Amino acid sequence: MSIVVRTIASSIFPMALIFSFYVIMHGHLTPGGGFQGGAIAASAVVMLLAAHGYKRMESKLSMDGLSFVESTGAIIFVVVGLAGLIAGVSFMYNLLVGSPIFGYVPHGANGGYLNSGGILPILNLAVGLKVIAGLSSVVLAMILFTEGEE
Amino acid sequence: MSWEVRKMIDMFGLILILLSIFTIIPAIMAVVMKDLLSCTIALAIMSLILSLYFYLLQAPDVAIAEAGVGACLTTALFIVAIRATERYEGGENED
Repeated sequence: MSIVVRTIASSIFPMALIFSFYVIMHGHLTPGGGFQGGAIAASAVVMLLAAHGYKRMESKLSMDGLSFVESTGAIIFVVVGLAGLIAGVSFMYNLLVGSPIFGYVPHGANGGYLNSGGILPILNLAVGLKVIAGLSSVVLAMILFTEGEE
Repeated sequence: MSWEVRKMIDMFGLILILLSIFTIIPAIMAVVMKDLLSCTIALAIMSLILSLYFYLLQAPDVAIAEAGVGACLTTALFIVAIRATERYEGGENED
């Protein structure tokens, strides 16, 4: 597209990524979570693809990299789930309660302490990675499959 | 029920009815129009107003998902699909 669209898309892209990271990391406190933040980040990637065209983005966005990110998210989710089983309690047991990482337990309703929730922020992050890679690769695969037939 | 509370509920119902109408109009346009690109934009507008509707009905989670997936990603998918096929519906069948 034109230089105006390309410049604005490039400058909005980091803001959209930061907002999606905010939605993912506040998943256990406010509305949102892994899927919603991942959808926002994937729409930012799609906006960059639409503005610059696939030819310029080809070097930065490959199918192998996206599938690597998606598999990383799935592996983190399964490992966090199995850690509770290995510790001898149950699948998906909240091991991190009381520890310095995400382990703070506030009295009463949670008034917005980000450092709480146990394994939930980690699971949200894993789901977010998986959704970013999945939804981006859906659009990328559609572009790749329909490339020859204009 | 006091008069103030009743007036607030009536106001809320009026907003919901207006939003329903604004949601249905782009949906009908997407069915009727022959230009598929315009249909895609109409669907995006419908999805955006629907996300506002979800937010007013106390479902902000669904509203964020609807705004992200419905208004952006499906629009991009439809536009890519239209680019690969043809833009106008029911035209001459050359192939």
